[in-house]
Amino acid sequence: MFTPVSIAGAGVISAIGNNISQHLASFEKEEAGMQQRRYLQSVHDLPVAEVKLSNTALADKAGMPDHISRTALLSAVAAMEAVEATGLKDLSRWRTGFISANTVGGMDKTEDFYAAWMQDPAKGRLRDLVHHECGAATELAADRLGIKNYVSTISTACSSSANSIFFAARLIRQGFLDIAVAGGVDSLTRFTLNGFNTLMILDKQYCQPFDEHRRGLNLGEGAGYVVLVSDEVAATLPHPPFCALSGYSNANDAYHQTASSPDGTGSYMAMKGALEKAGLTTGDIDYINLHGTGTANNDIAEGTAIKRLFEGAYPKMSSTKSFTGHTLGASGALEAVFSVLAIRYGIVYPNLRLETPMPELPFTPETRFRKGEAIRHVLSNSFGFGGNCSSLVFSKM
Amino acid sequence: MYIRAVSAISPQVSFEQLVSSPAVYTGDRLACIEPDYTETIDPKMIRRMSRIIKMGVTAAGDCLREATVTMPDAIITGTAYGCLADTESFLKRMIEFKEELLNPTSFIQSTHNTVAAQIALLLKCHHYNNTYVHRGFSFESALLDAMVRIKEGDAKTALVGGVDEITDTSHNLLRRFGQYRTHAATTTLYEEGGKGTMNGEGATFLVLSGESNSGDYARLNGLHTFYKPAGIDEVEKQVVLFLKNNHIAPGEIDLLVCGDNGDTTNDSIYKQVRSRIFANIPFLRFKHYCGEYPTATAFALWFASHVLKKGTVPADAAIRCEKPGNILVYNHFNHTHHSLFLLSVC
Amino acid sequence: MDKLMADLKRQIIEQLNLKDLKPEDIGDDQPLFVEGLGLDSIDALELIVLLQQEYKIKLANAEEGQTVFRSVRTMAQYITEHQAKTA
Repeated sequence: MFTPVSIAGAGVISAIGNNISQHLASFEKEEAGMQQRRYLQSVHDLPVAEVKLSNTALADKAGMPDHISRTALLSAVAAMEAVEATGLKDLSRWRTGFISANTVGGMDKTEDFYAAWMQDPAKGRLRDLVHHECGAATELAADRLGIKNYVSTISTACSSSANSIFFAARLIRQGFLDIAVAGGVDSLTRFTLNGFNTLMILDKQYCQPFDEHRRGLNLGEGAGYVVLVSDEVAATLPHPPFCALSGYSNANDAYHQTASSPDGTGSYMAMKGALEKAGLTTGDIDYINLHGTGTANNDIAEGTAIKRLFEGAYPKMSSTKSFTGHTLGASGALEAVFSVLAIRYGIVYPNLRLETPMPELPFTPETRFRKGEAIRHVLSNSFGFGGNCSSLVFSKM
Repeated sequence: MYIRAVSAISPQVSFEQLVSSPAVYTGDRLACIEPDYTETIDPKMIRRMSRIIKMGVTAAGDCLREATVTMPDAIITGTAYGCLADTESFLKRMIEFKEELLNPTSFIQSTHNTVAAQIALLLKCHHYNNTYVHRGFSFESALLDAMVRIKEGDAKTALVGGVDEITDTSHNLLRRFGQYRTHAATTTLYEEGGKGTMNGEGATFLVLSGESNSGDYARLNGLHTFYKPAGIDEVEKQVVLFLKNNHIAPGEIDLLVCGDNGDTTNDSIYKQVRSRIFANIPFLRFKHYCGEYPTATAFALWFASHVLKKGTVPADAAIRCEKPGNILVYNHFNHTHHSLFLLSVC
Repeated sequence: MDKLMADLKRQIIEQLNLKDLKPEDIGDDQPLFVEGLGLDSIDALELIVLLQQEYKIKLANAEEGQTVFRSVRTMAQYITEHQAKTA
């Protein structure tokens, strides 16, 4: 069994807010973040969930140059909020790591470079290319935070930042680090928008996760980080930790490159494994933050796996992607932060725009916002391309 | 921790060939010597696979076969650049066709976790699966994750790989950054010196095990990475501390395997580390066999593991070192990403 | 119709990179998906791109593909119908 690791801070930025308190307000007002494109340039008229700040405004917030990748800027803003939330004055006296995740890296800049370079091979600004790699976005943020003892980046599609969070927790438990800022980020790019468009899983309207008539997902962007700390560091915190990461699991569906197996094998194994790691039973879970993208395939696969695992006693559940869209590499972390807040404030998030429950499933997600509920244990799911399925369990301390 | 098997698709044919007469290259890049993939991969699957995926899947398969492991408990890869060919293909078409008529296959295959995912799909492996994409630490992170999984008791065996490819486009773009010599040769890479190195690529896998088995290549005793050291003094401190933490004195290292790449500034770090800490220790370099790329340390481990198992060093190294017991691998990528691996004979 | 089917077979092989097949290996009525040729959902998406690129026909959603792409003949029939409509 795994000894839970304390979470001392959290930070988040997405289409529904630039920090935690703005997110809490949007959730309570049941206001989603999708709308027509404002910053991303594209020929497609698809609804997206963009962060409501330009790169210049983000750079200003982060104290970084405004010509760098939006991915790095979003990452820095959320990570800085997370670190500040801990109340810790000096990270450098501890072995501190920064473990991030993303799928796009600096592609927002690369695709601009390519457009110029394809016209003329001597053209294209090299500075738009220099931070192309996934790891480069991480380092821009790590350097900004002054973290250097351990820096790394994970990329496993939609489960990326769930994986980075529990890798960080394991490094702390195994004595490699004292503090780890862990999570992930992704910014909207034409590459991703077009990529998902070719898969024909984008909704031309606002997505309806877990609805019988769901049409697909809306892409979003954002960043989320939690600060995990060792027991030694936890003892020095100026205020109690938010909660703890108590369980995790990473399983592979091994069925198809992009589609989930109809019975949700990978999802089932990830959820089951996370509960086992936490030493909990299905009955202990008070809320599930669903992966719930709104695609025909994911929602039935995930729903079927939940039906199998929870066998008749279903906790409250919802997909917050109905608010933030699918933020890909950031989704695991965004939803980890939402899980942490759910425990702290007793929140049950609504699954927006759910009109017709799925007839195949014996349960329905929550449709109204609630707070002040008794939320002790939360299960958060992140299932991605490549069969990469991860689930995390967060618990009240 | 034991390295049960290693396998590489690299610019070299095999370790045996490398020892007697390594493949040599001139120009500014090395290229992998590749097998006929149709012999090992099902045509239905191979039709979608770009080169890097074929390389990764084949090297992984060879490694598992040699290790006699059918189902590893973890599949963890490291790649800095990811699947470049598919990324470029999708990006170029997106620009040319103004975001219309794009191919889903290239997009799907462009994601960084494709190699690890394809391996899992081929094996029908439901176990832990992860991909690290952090520049010169991509392979090291994958290896650390595997070591921790085994230490935690959540895995008995782990398949770990480091994979990166060169495409004409990526090579030309990296060249614009001044990374490479205009005209070099692997036979005189270090002696000639100058600015720049030669580009490389490879797919290298190892099976790591918590239990020893006859036929193991080497013991993996330690791994340490450090990021952006302030200067050579800090580098020295980190190396000395790593040895101390692993209860081994510099003088007990039988062989040093170093990541010199022919660029004078780059190599000065290795020269100083050697003179300051390992003055009389024989050393080997490996990048004239595989080229310079972010996951070249995977090749270094392949190389060091073979040296430990076979007890021989390549003829071109011109050193005397028979049957080394302890090998320290030290590499840095672009001065910012430094790694140390401690291996010993089984 | 025969010429269209012959063209389609060539185009399918190219679009889906079915290197070890020749056009004569694909039967006019042979199932393309699940059994027969054993194509999958990603291939279906590629065929949708093929239809648009070569024949200027856009399928509204991926599900339509299930009937249209049953065999080379059903594809040819669909194309003939839709090209007649737009002509």
